[in-house]
Amino acid sequence: MSTEIINEARRQIDICNACRYCEGYCSVFPAINRERAFADGDITQLANLCHNCRGCYYACQYTAPHAFDLNLPRALAEVRQASWQDFAVPAGLARMFHASGVAMSLAVVLGFAVLIWAIKALGGAGGDGFYAVLSHNAMVAIFAPAFIGPVILIAMGLRRYWRAVGGGPIGLAHLRWAFGSAARMRNLAGGHGEGCNFEDEDRYSNLRRWFHQATMYGFLLCFAATSVATLMHYAFALPAPYGLTSPPKILGLTGGVLLSLGTLGLAALKVKGESHLSDASVWGGEMAFVLLLFVVSTTGLVLYAFGGSSWLPELLALHLGAVLAFFLLTPFSKMVHGFYRLAALVKEAQNQVGAAPDPAPAGALAKELRT
Amino acid sequence: MTDLSKPYDVVVVGGGNAALCAAMTAAEAGAKVLVLEGAPKPYRGGNSRHTRNFRCMHRGPLSVLTDTYDEDEYYDDLLKVTGGKTDERLARLAIRTSEECLPWMQDHGVHFQPSLSGTLSLSRTNAFFLGGGKSLVNAYYRTAERLGVEVLYEAQVTHVQLDGSRVTSVEFTHADESHRLEPKALIIASGGFQGDLDWLARAWGPAAKNFLVRGTPYNRGVVLRDLLDQGAESVGDPTQCHAVAIDGRAPKFDGGIVTRLDCVPFSIVVNKEARRFYDEGEDVWPKRYAIWGRLVAGQPDQIAYSIIDSKALELFMPSVFPPVKADSIEDLAAALELPPGALRETVDAFNAACRDGAFHPTELDGLATEGLNPAKTNWARPISEPPFYGYSLRPGVTFTYLGLKVDETARVQAADGPIENLWAAGETMAGSILGQGYLAGFGMTIGTVFGRIAGREAASYVN
Repeated sequence: MSTEIINEARRQIDICNACRYCEGYCSVFPAINRERAFADGDITQLANLCHNCRGCYYACQYTAPHAFDLNLPRALAEVRQASWQDFAVPAGLARMFHASGVAMSLAVVLGFAVLIWAIKALGGAGGDGFYAVLSHNAMVAIFAPAFIGPVILIAMGLRRYWRAVGGGPIGLAHLRWAFGSAARMRNLAGGHGEGCNFEDEDRYSNLRRWFHQATMYGFLLCFAATSVATLMHYAFALPAPYGLTSPPKILGLTGGVLLSLGTLGLAALKVKGESHLSDASVWGGEMAFVLLLFVVSTTGLVLYAFGGSSWLPELLALHLGAVLAFFLLTPFSKMVHGFYRLAALVKEAQNQVGAAPDPAPAGALAKELRT
Repeated sequence: MTDLSKPYDVVVVGGGNAALCAAMTAAEAGAKVLVLEGAPKPYRGGNSRHTRNFRCMHRGPLSVLTDTYDEDEYYDDLLKVTGGKTDERLARLAIRTSEECLPWMQDHGVHFQPSLSGTLSLSRTNAFFLGGGKSLVNAYYRTAERLGVEVLYEAQVTHVQLDGSRVTSVEFTHADESHRLEPKALIIASGGFQGDLDWLARAWGPAAKNFLVRGTPYNRGVVLRDLLDQGAESVGDPTQCHAVAIDGRAPKFDGGIVTRLDCVPFSIVVNKEARRFYDEGEDVWPKRYAIWGRLVAGQPDQIAYSIIDSKALELFMPSVFPPVKADSIEDLAAALELPPGALRETVDAFNAACRDGAFHPTELDGLATEGLNPAKTNWARPISEPPFYGYSLRPGVTFTYLGLKVDETARVQAADGPIENLWAAGETMAGSILGQGYLAGFGMTIGTVFGRIAGREAASYVN
């Protein structure tokens, strides 16, 4: 990571620590206020704890043209982005795909080509439904390594992160706090529950939070659909295709719709949001990632709707090609943010032990319970 | 787009808390309102953008406020800081009305939060704005816009024409053009004159040129001067300003909250000759920071230096700029451009006067020097453990006291009675209630209470 961006973040954090007006917005400021001096690892942790809600930017007395020139959302976004790229294994691939929407699109085309090739070369080997186009064994041969490989790479990156921020042994309470925070996306609630300042300057809105949660829960439901199907296939000898009321279909359809709507919403907000409040150099890569998720879910839904038609092989190649690219790109794209944010939340839970409890999420939660 | 050819019922001069409270209230009462904010949009809100809380009377817990803070206790607190220099009727009006203001503020978009870390002593008396004063200002502009209030930024009012007991017109420049409007009512909420250093220097003396201004550079008192020249009655000491000791490296204007330094009680403070000049441990810092502005202003070149050792570094809120650091007193003196021999002497004399005893940073511990003049009466521990740290201190002006005299309806007064269509709110009339000193969060109370009164009265006048 360049010392320039980390020093700039440190300069701004020192100003924030003397001010403290933003203490109620999110978890970042109480974390700042617990310390007096910030090592590089502390800055990296704060950067990953920041959810880029931008509340602090619009509330700040010291943004440009003021001489202090504060723009904490951007300063932390740049550190955060650099940390994902530096910790990635191998870092070179991350540098390319995080920044470049073109590279990501080419990866999708490549995924599509691989699937066309597989369908042509390997074929169905006499299966039903999708398996008539590409056999179950061929799918497993392609997707098992494409899933397990990236998971191992992400784990290696997270280990580097954990060392850099000085993380300790993880307890159940830490996980509960971290997952609780992510489950409600409390750090995009603004402290008062009215959301963040993303699409229209200082106006609070929960749109980004809702679209993010639709995306996140949609993705998790799709993932659950695949997991349940795998279990049914191997443990209960119930191979696909599944009926409409089967667990994989219910989970997959709900998840697919949520994921499509969520990603479409996030992409629309991203066009509206002010790019100078984030790391503008990766705007293209981030947008490509959101659109890739949209393509994954939407082609899945299209496949469901038109799977009975003669277009099945092409549709299947398109969907599975996108899924393949998505899996392979996970360690090198915006997708890693979820893993690092969770790690940062776990670390924050550890840091809170013995310190004053974090007022922001509690305040947000209280508001949620009231409304 | 604002169309300046159409008539406005109410024009509000200024764009901070008081101005917006007035504008929203008038608009809600049906008036067509135009706000003339002198600052560009990023600096809108005057000194309100640097505020952080609202001092509020309450009988029983209210929103984020704990316990009870009744009228008499509130008024007593005001009497303590002003030394009685207040207008009891207006002060009690502000205090009593503050209670109904808090829910009104919430209804108009303000979010409150519990007392910030390091300010727990205020959790009963002061409701903190989530995100600080700029977020309050942002919320009010949003609400005002929704209510149909029009706002012009960089609209500098140059003249208000008084004709007998009436305002007939208001002149301002905007986008390089001069404009003249004839509203039915005018509300002045454009603050004091602390942004005009020449005026400060005329009032205070040439030393004021070395003062730093903690708040907006846009409060230059143009309208205040103009109205006083035309016979409006004044209140408040024209020569005085509220100044606190702040970090000497702060920008000339707009340094705001972060430039405060809380190290004085745990330090010795010397002037540029490296001599002490006042008891640094007289009382806890929240009760003493205001007098230190004046004390530093009285020293040569209006500068002083607070010196601590490593024992004291973590006893106060972090500073916005790191302290100057050195391994010896002589090196520290050199880095601060103080005479090293003299600083050595001062520190040695101070250290020799320190005695053994229990040190309690959060209370008056009575750990005083012996045989030293001036004495340090609390928290006197030798400055002996390197590294040593130093901060420069300068007077930072928060606001000025001179203002327009108003009655309980916020109407501006002339020698022979009220000016019938002119109201004032906020810092520009606060001098009648705050004759000297300051009470944390009370500026926002005065602005909110009298802003709403001015808006209500102006709207009722035009309807």
